[in-house]
Amino acid sequence: MRPLLILGAVLSALALLAAALSLVWLPYDITQHAIAQRLQPPSPAHWAGTDLYGRDILSMLMAGAQVSLAVALVAVGIGAGLGVPLGLAAAAHRGSWIDELIGRGNDLIFAFPSLVTAILITASFGPSATNAIIAIGIFNIPVFARVARAGALSIWTLDFIRAARVAGKGRARISVEHILPNIASLLIVQGTIQFSLGILAEAGLSYVGLGAQPPTASWGRMLAEAQTLVVMAPHVALAPGLAIVATVLGLNLLGDGLRDALDPRLRGRVT
Amino acid sequence: MKGRGPDFRRYASPPLTPCAAQSNLPEMGRYFLKRIATLFASLAVASLVIFALIEVVPGDPASFMLGINAAPDTLAALREQMGLDDPVWLRYLRWVAGLMQGDFGQSFTYKVPVTELLAARLQVSLPLALLALALASAIALPVGLWAAARRGRPSEVALMGVAQLGIALPNFWFAMLLVLVFAVKWRLLPAGGFAGWSDPLAALKSLALPAVALALPQAAILARVLRSALIETLGRDYIRTARAKGLSRAQALSRHALRNALIPVLTILGMQFSFLLAGAIIIENVFYLPGLGRLIFQAITQRDLIVVESAVMVLVCAVILVTFVTDLTYAAIDPRLRRRG
Repeated sequence: MRPLLILGAVLSALALLAAALSLVWLPYDITQHAIAQRLQPPSPAHWAGTDLYGRDILSMLMAGAQVSLAVALVAVGIGAGLGVPLGLAAAAHRGSWIDELIGRGNDLIFAFPSLVTAILITASFGPSATNAIIAIGIFNIPVFARVARAGALSIWTLDFIRAARVAGKGRARISVEHILPNIASLLIVQGTIQFSLGILAEAGLSYVGLGAQPPTASWGRMLAEAQTLVVMAPHVALAPGLAIVATVLGLNLLGDGLRDALDPRLRGRVT
Repeated sequence: MKGRGPDFRRYASPPLTPCAAQSNLPEMGRYFLKRIATLFASLAVASLVIFALIEVVPGDPASFMLGINAAPDTLAALREQMGLDDPVWLRYLRWVAGLMQGDFGQSFTYKVPVTELLAARLQVSLPLALLALALASAIALPVGLWAAARRGRPSEVALMGVAQLGIALPNFWFAMLLVLVFAVKWRLLPAGGFAGWSDPLAALKSLALPAVALALPQAAILARVLRSALIETLGRDYIRTARAKGLSRAQALSRHALRNALIPVLTILGMQFSFLLAGAIIIENVFYLPGLGRLIFQAITQRDLIVVESAVMVLVCAVILVTFVTDLTYAAIDPRLRRRG
């Protein structure tokens, strides 16, 4: 068995479960302040303690998981939805102006410092979870385009593709029918990696106040609020940080494990 | 493809290229020219995107900067200072011409030339990025080598587990923990702020924790890349040949594998330098460091668009130039990369 893959799957599933559960049920109401209960250390009643306003930190973490995962997931969707077709097109027209244009476009997006641009976008269009998604999603496009192109190029040289060409199939049809299924495992692995990077990026953006706005709970903003309290009540800063680390670690282990399981040739390689 | 039939020429093997050593110079020259052209095209497009995003998208930049309660004469004065009554293309050309002459305009909030601001902030950001990069390499190189040499043993598995943890660590959270331990508990290093370079020791002390916070996650990435690149090269025929002629595993690793494994590492290092220069924005906020990232962040909240567009352009230029230099460096190391263009 693959213990790391299982650990990754368990951690990722926990985060997903917490996010899903928070849609219908939370241990405590996080919209109500209870000043008398504030900054309590972890106890049987409040497993992760309470924050400055007396809110239950575990409930905040569960609600925050929803925002973090949703932002990162949609950003991956944007990246894959636009990047994969671009990468497939570039590979299908290798060496042509299409390939060149897509390649240079990717380089250009890569040249922009992602965080600064994300801050720029959220600043000119206003801070919100939607703008955070767009900002993170844009930087996922070239990643998926490159992975799809590189994967597709190696498939295009194979005999069964030549057979499909001889049979008269066009490039677009071959890309969808033959190339895409063969690079799916690569894309899934890259997807989990971008998903985890998206969670880190969302946390960073909401930490500086440019992600989801109050009263929506988010892990990054919980950390920002905890920064001044870290000396008085370290648990307030520890809990959201550990949640981020556990989720990102889980997704990375899942990605690595899936890569090894799906394609043994890639074992041990860093993408 | 109807009617034309498949184009079998596509599948013919590529013509054999002459040995790299023979046509080394013209090939490198062609590659260089192509990269230079791409460099200028990237810079041009980048400047267009930044200009559009900052000066065109928000509508009237002057009213954006002053807010809705601005007095009409203040607004008119700012419009004139920014030359907003001119057509967009003229404003763009004037901005680019200014950039080329080192004239970045006047900051609206600080009332000083933007060039001065940028120079002052780079004195913090550049050393911080270099320090973090040096620290990341100093940790990653031995760890990566050690892990590749001891592949599969429990110690390697444990070490790579730590690296996984390092990658998952949000650097601003790690920074908070560092402050808690080293500044609050042990009182060894300052928790934030920057005193300036007049006292180099104090300056280095205030950059120490931010550099560690930035470096550790980067070191984890770098160590993983180096390890897997080394493991891949160690499986090659020339390493088997080297071992067959009597070199020990360690000798083969250091004399033959390391040099070849450095190409992906160099790429990552180039990317990391740009990331550290620009991505320090959050860490600079945690430690209240007056760096470039914090300048951009403050300028955005103060709506000082003149500072924002020039500072972002400087950062993007730095990233594009670093990529250009890394590309040229590894084209010089590995002739195969030149042909790919």
